[in-house]
Amino acid sequence: MLEIKNLHATVDGKEILKGIDLTIGSGEVHAIMGPNGSGKSTLSYVLAGREGYEVTEGSVTYNGMDLLTLEPEERAAEGVFLAFQYPVEIPGVANTTFLKYALNAMRKRRGEPELDALQFLKLIREKTKALNMSDDMLKRAVNVGFSGGEKKRNETLQMAVLQPRFAILDETDSGLDIDALRIVADGVNALRGADRSMLVITHYQRLLEYIVPDRVHVLAHGRIQRSGGKELALELEEKGYREFGVDEAA
Amino acid sequence: MSGTQETVDQVRAVTEQSYKYGFTTDIEADLAPKGLNEDIVRFISAKKEEPEWLLEWRLKAFRAWQAMEEPRYWAKLSYPPIDYQDAHYYAAPKTSNRPKSLDEVDPELLRTYEKLGIPLREQEILAGVEGTETKMPAIAVDAVFDSVSVATTFKAKLEEMGIIFCSISEAVREHPDLVRQYLGTVVPYTDNFYATLNCAVFTDGSFVYVPKGVRCPMELSTYFRINQANTGQFERTLIIADEGAYVSYLEGCTAPKRDENQLHAAVVELVALDNATIKYSTVQNWYPGNEDGVGGIYNFVTKRGACRGVNSKISWTQVETGSAITWKYPSCILQGDNSVGEFYSVAITNNRQQADTGTKMIHIGKNTKSTIVSKGISAGRSNNTYRGLVKILPKADGARNHTQCDSLLIGDQCGAHTVPYIESRNRSARVEHEATTAKISEDQLFYCRQRGLDPEDAVSLIVNGFCKEVLKELPMEFAVEAQKLVGISLEGSVG
Repeated sequence: MLEIKNLHATVDGKEILKGIDLTIGSGEVHAIMGPNGSGKSTLSYVLAGREGYEVTEGSVTYNGMDLLTLEPEERAAEGVFLAFQYPVEIPGVANTTFLKYALNAMRKRRGEPELDALQFLKLIREKTKALNMSDDMLKRAVNVGFSGGEKKRNETLQMAVLQPRFAILDETDSGLDIDALRIVADGVNALRGADRSMLVITHYQRLLEYIVPDRVHVLAHGRIQRSGGKELALELEEKGYREFGVDEAA
Repeated sequence: MSGTQETVDQVRAVTEQSYKYGFTTDIEADLAPKGLNEDIVRFISAKKEEPEWLLEWRLKAFRAWQAMEEPRYWAKLSYPPIDYQDAHYYAAPKTSNRPKSLDEVDPELLRTYEKLGIPLREQEILAGVEGTETKMPAIAVDAVFDSVSVATTFKAKLEEMGIIFCSISEAVREHPDLVRQYLGTVVPYTDNFYATLNCAVFTDGSFVYVPKGVRCPMELSTYFRINQANTGQFERTLIIADEGAYVSYLEGCTAPKRDENQLHAAVVELVALDNATIKYSTVQNWYPGNEDGVGGIYNFVTKRGACRGVNSKISWTQVETGSAITWKYPSCILQGDNSVGEFYSVAITNNRQQADTGTKMIHIGKNTKSTIVSKGISAGRSNNTYRGLVKILPKADGARNHTQCDSLLIGDQCGAHTVPYIESRNRSARVEHEATTAKISEDQLFYCRQRGLDPEDAVSLIVNGFCKEVLKELPMEFAVEAQKLVGISLEGSVG
């Protein structure tokens, strides 16, 4: 599904990723844990194709394609989804309008027929219900005035509607209380499947109690320092990042 | 880098394609000789078989204009001097000698409207067709946008209700008393340089009269188009809503692509009597010039409405996307007690376009209320200025104004400017002004692209969201068109 080889990337001329190797198979959920400033968000932006994140070395192969040559919107149409740590507000654009544009833009790019208003309404009703979201949230402008929990739930809704093949969850747990965390995690778990891979980026082990990963990687100083099964997250929680050669304050 | 060049070329191709109304209609025209003098004024008046009083009025205006100076200093606009002698002040298709039905109209003209998406074919009793004796755009003057509601029933239905909707030339012939009673009473012939020029040489435009207590059942619409090279267009529109009447009116404009600048100096006068409402919407899409600022329309327009009666209301909504230069301040004179003035504006400038636009709200009567919502979007190397006056006169007890000016910048080479003037001479008045300036952020763009939208669709979506408050004021039928136009105007502004 996804194969990252010796990935180096710079931001503003400063090297943040210093040789990442990571392979994620179909249907697998991998977690990346690491302290602040370890390069977690940089990795997610590089994979999604954000401007200003320059790859200086290495490769990313996604379903046989050279992912790094694609524009962000092309990656999205190929099924790459990034759930943002800080979802962005778009004043004046209704949440449903945004989602409909997004879905149809992707479908068009893939050569699939676009959904008409009725088909879309049916789809979004179904997904909203599953996530326990109100219709009111659909009418409001994208993320404007949303609480932290609502924003993250909204990202999950987008993921449910867009049905990505590879989803990156960037600190989806940040700013969530335990109830909101459970709702979001349930939404994510419902999307797990044999043909959908996920990369869950988190600071804390807590999220991984709800979204149980197949593999856990510890990222620090721009490199993966250790990889293991889900028990690695617990070990990390217990011993702290220092045990992994990481200065937590860094 | 060849890759970079490719991108540049693509962007250019998109930008140049984006003005799809830039074609020229090849048609033989009846032209006045180039130049501007009293003989030309007489020529126009004679062509239109006008009564003596109107010719006199035109001549008075022309003499006043000769003594006036072009207002070149206060607006934030820059352009080379305009040679007023180097243009034709009258141009009409030769074949259009007041055709009584579409069969008599030059097929080339009909094809033009087909191309513009303005259907005329089934509208043989359309007011504009009968009044087509003047220059080329005259047929557009009353060419109506919405084929469905206008089609065959339009004029008969309006006449049944006593509504007059025709070209102003026809109104001068058929309803001289009404024209004489109201023409020049909102924008006097001495008003300003461009308006005065218009008084002297105006060629056509629309006339609307809605009688007492009548609610006009459909949108009235005028479609303006400039075709002939080296001409200016000087149209004049007069709309009167009698006591208790209601009318909603929309104008649209396009012009061919040309390398020279063409002058468009229109005057629109609105009069609302007691309890009357006029809603006036504009979707202005004149040719804006190319990306280097060559060519395009100079749009110097005076639009003003008088709320003469108690509880009257005038609402201006404008979506300004075209023109090389826009100089335009649709205003309301709130004379009647409890009268209401509204101004909703979206002005988009891209490439080298310049817009200096806003409104004037003059509060004279008691408890008069005005609302201003202005959304300026600048991209490329353009400059976009909101300039607005709110004036409260001493007797306007309880007057209220709320102004909201928002500017959005795309890129780092454009400018947004807000110049509010507030003069209050009544202590009980309340005037509020809010202004914001924002940029389309990288975050927003990336968020949209990550969700599958290409950069231009993303900008279009973000800008449409930004303008939503104004776009929702447009009549339904045109809101969708306007949304598309917003996107098209900004093509090439990112990436």
